[in-house]
Amino acid sequence: MVKDKEQKGVLRSLDWVTIILYIILLGLGWMSVCGATYDFDQAGNIFSFGSRSGMQIVWIGTSILLGTLILSIDERIYESFSYLIYGAFLVLLLVTPFLARDIKGSMSWIKVGSFSIQPAEFAKFATALCLGRVMSMFELRLDRTRDLIISGLLVLLPMGLIVMQKETGSALVYLSFFFMFYREGMPGSFLFVGVAAVFYFVVGIRFEDAPLLDLKEVSLGAYTVMIAIWIFSTFMTRLYTQARAPFWWMLGGGLFLTVSSALFAMYVLPFDLVWVQLGVCILVILYLLFLALRERLATYFYVALFSIGSLGFFYSANYVMDHLMGDHQRTRIEVLLGMKEEPRGAGYNVAQAQIAIGSGGLHGKGFLNGTQTKLKYVPEQETDFIFCTVGEEEGFVGCTTVLVLFMLLLLRLIHVAERQVYRFGRIYGYCVVGIFFFHIFINVGMVLGLTPVIGIPLPFFSYGGSSLWGFTILLFILLRIDAGRNRLKRT
Amino acid sequence: MSNQDFHLENRKYVMGGVIVLVILIYVLRLFSLQLMSEDFKKNADSNAFLKRTQYPARGSIYDRNGTLLVYNQPSYDIMVVTNEAKDVDTLDLCRSLKITPEWYSKRMAEIKDRTKNPGYSRYTQQIFMSQLSAEEFSSFQEKLFRFPGYYIQKRSIRQYANEHAAHILGDVAEVSPADIEEDEYYQSGDYIGKQGVERSYEKQLRGVKGTEILLRDARGRIKGSYQNGKLDQAPVPGKNLTLSIDLELQALGERLMKGKLGSIVAIEPSTGEILCLVSSPTYDPHLMVGRQRGKNHIMLSQDRLKPLLNRAIAGRYPPGSTFKTSQALTFLQEGIISPTGTAYPCSRGFHLGRLTVGCHGHGAPLPLVPAIATSCNGYFCWGLYHMFANRSKYTTVQDAMTTWKDYMVSMGFGYPLGVDLPGENRGMIPNANFYDEHYKNGWNGVTVISIAIGQGEVCLTPLQIANLGATIANRGYFITPHIVKSIQGEPLDSLYTTRRYTKVAASNYEYVVSGMRAAVTGGTCRSANTSMYEVCGKTGTAQNKGHDHSAFMGFAPKDNPKIAVAVYVENGGFGAVYGVPIGALIMEQFINGKLSESSQARAREFENRHINYGLGER
Repeated sequence: MVKDKEQKGVLRSLDWVTIILYIILLGLGWMSVCGATYDFDQAGNIFSFGSRSGMQIVWIGTSILLGTLILSIDERIYESFSYLIYGAFLVLLLVTPFLARDIKGSMSWIKVGSFSIQPAEFAKFATALCLGRVMSMFELRLDRTRDLIISGLLVLLPMGLIVMQKETGSALVYLSFFFMFYREGMPGSFLFVGVAAVFYFVVGIRFEDAPLLDLKEVSLGAYTVMIAIWIFSTFMTRLYTQARAPFWWMLGGGLFLTVSSALFAMYVLPFDLVWVQLGVCILVILYLLFLALRERLATYFYVALFSIGSLGFFYSANYVMDHLMGDHQRTRIEVLLGMKEEPRGAGYNVAQAQIAIGSGGLHGKGFLNGTQTKLKYVPEQETDFIFCTVGEEEGFVGCTTVLVLFMLLLLRLIHVAERQVYRFGRIYGYCVVGIFFFHIFINVGMVLGLTPVIGIPLPFFSYGGSSLWGFTILLFILLRIDAGRNRLKRT
Repeated sequence: MSNQDFHLENRKYVMGGVIVLVILIYVLRLFSLQLMSEDFKKNADSNAFLKRTQYPARGSIYDRNGTLLVYNQPSYDIMVVTNEAKDVDTLDLCRSLKITPEWYSKRMAEIKDRTKNPGYSRYTQQIFMSQLSAEEFSSFQEKLFRFPGYYIQKRSIRQYANEHAAHILGDVAEVSPADIEEDEYYQSGDYIGKQGVERSYEKQLRGVKGTEILLRDARGRIKGSYQNGKLDQAPVPGKNLTLSIDLELQALGERLMKGKLGSIVAIEPSTGEILCLVSSPTYDPHLMVGRQRGKNHIMLSQDRLKPLLNRAIAGRYPPGSTFKTSQALTFLQEGIISPTGTAYPCSRGFHLGRLTVGCHGHGAPLPLVPAIATSCNGYFCWGLYHMFANRSKYTTVQDAMTTWKDYMVSMGFGYPLGVDLPGENRGMIPNANFYDEHYKNGWNGVTVISIAIGQGEVCLTPLQIANLGATIANRGYFITPHIVKSIQGEPLDSLYTTRRYTKVAASNYEYVVSGMRAAVTGGTCRSANTSMYEVCGKTGTAQNKGHDHSAFMGFAPKDNPKIAVAVYVENGGFGAVYGVPIGALIMEQFINGKLSESSQARAREFENRHINYGLGER
């Protein structure tokens, strides 16, 4: 009797808007899988289990069952068992590379019976649960470095394990937890650090081999990054300390060295100006450390740390590119940065994806009528590049509809997260928002040629059981927690 | 809630804003990709659509009695998909195709060499061997299952039902880059008529190519037809041609011309249809089929007797005495001579001052009809002399010459007649300008006197001579000679149905007809005389650097003529030696549909009478 009542309560307070969006997206996703895997030669039944579209029905069906199952479990279990779940998944991630077969260089798939599952897809909800538990258990404040590091480690641990499985794409998804960190009070300066890191990386790699004006000795990329580190440090000093004299010293001195050395190199003797700018950065760092000791103000120390970190990041990024990355990852980055352009080479995927989408026009070619995707011009079209099928068959109207549906889902999830009474629910909710957003942002962006080609699935669209189950679990746990919000208020 | 928490709650707007912004940017990007540029669409089409040409069947060619002359024969190309053919027993394959393993290796290397075979893909069919005959193919087909990756592609090649009429039928070959340049209908690898009616009726014979739109995947493999073939265009088959040629007549003509250089042209006067068009030496049209064509073509083109030259329409010969008929008609129409009154002297030739044009012995002086019958040189030389010297009628000799030339042109000389075969020669009819330039010190009728007897500057093609016969048979008009009697589902060009009248009145033709009849009954063409029908004829013996050419022009029957014929045998001597008997046999064959026994014996005799042309360059 009690249970019945509870169930009714859950159904009543369930967020049906999210569920309807979920069902619509599943339906559209299934149509896309049909389109992407339909073979003109064997124009068989799209419902047959022999085909991928037929299999996707199985995945969708089991996902809905899974969702129902999650809704019927008391939400307090998730919080109570979160450490256990997180720990279990860490162990699973740790052993995965030893159990997995090598699939296209990735060691992330474990064979269970006749199916393969990817633990990395499920570790996301475990991490989100654990973060929710840890961050809500005591008065954790993300503007406190110690707390931020603890939370960060919870993210970096599974991330590192997934990198070891050579699934860089899935690992990068864990960066989406910083979305939640930001909401939970991570200082904005951390975001600035992130933006700066991207800037160093993109500019430094992209223009590594380009000369500065006529000076062949000078790498435009390195030179620009050095100038940026000096300027960033100078203005951070001004912003965080309110002290004027050090700012002017750093700006004036740096400017003097930069201009005079540049003039010397241009008109007297050409030499590598990067060394001068590196010197400027080092002088700035030494000056900041000196100020930190003299003024006994930690802020100077942090700015100095930022400068050191920047230098370290820039030089290690080069090293990572040249020595640690796999060939295909390096070329993907190079193609994304516009350094390489080969229609049949690494740029081929992106070029073909854009041809497929572009050929869709306003209304698209119609369900199962796309030629580009069905004739396998687009690689990985039923998984990572599934959005091409939407573009080709449903056109601009269909793509916009799908994007707007995703946007509505994300905004609705923010709303759901914000209405949580307890921090655990809100944190978990923002984790879900972050993960979905990251997937949509990267996946659609790469198909449109706007973001790097990182092989991660588009939620509800990409073919495959693991990812669909993973997204379903993420979403339905949130829905279950949300459905319980009123009762928790009562007790 | 602390102030901090409240501050942090505002961050949800930042995050929502970022989400909306990203989606907005993506929608704008989609807008530019899908709606602003047509390039992607075109790119996609050329990616995915393979427009495969579907070749129509080329029209067949029949003779005037419906006998099949040229048709399409299936031939087979053996195709290979190298990616699928890895496990084939090469030795077995070589045995089955009767090729050597060396040839196999060489061919495979050629296929894979992208410089020689730019369209190579190891996933698509490549031609391994082309144009296999049905026999060669059938033994291979039985074993095909043993050779995965090998496929058969059916094509069709031109085939000839017999060995006759090579010059008329012509041949087909792959288009040259120049052909493609000229007509964008053609693509590399297409066939085009190169000679004969295959060339002149190319547009009717070829039909219209169709296209089939196929879907092609990223590896170049065909994945079926687009929209179930809704947008495909079916090929339109070529039209069949019925030639005016009588195959039996043509075959007889070719037999009679064996071992001789020259030509026979026969025309049905009432329609202008060419009944036979023999050019000797000829060649077997089968040589121009299939894989051996290139080799054989080179061999024939290097033959010093020039078997590829269609002498009937491209050979320029002095018409000799056959031309006298045209002179008689001109003089009569111009009033230079009167049909019965005028008689010119001839004492073994035409003598004026130091000039002599010789003639053979006959009674003199003669009026027109016997002059034609005996082929009197004197008569026609005097006629031309009087015409060109007539200052009351023509102010200058140039004026007379121009008048004369206009008569010749009206009879179809000096310009191509417009026969529906490629390569027709215009012959040569001199005009006043020509002589003005040639004789800087002036000229007169005497200077150019030899044109009156079909010598000197005058040259005609055998077709033009035959057409002269047809014009006389018609008493004053001709229909442009043509080789195609009818085209399936299409009317003939009006050129081949319209009468072209000469400048000479029909009544004047009757005198020439009488002269030609007299030549048969009691003149130079006696051997052509027969009781079966009234033959009219005129011999020609054209002087030449070597031995004289033997010519004959005639028609029969005299009234309601059925056939006009011209025979020209190079270095055959007197017209009566080769021209007359051959002409007589041709007329008999066509009018009676067969040869009498005695005629058959004569035909065998002529078949075996060969002329020795020596080894000199011709």
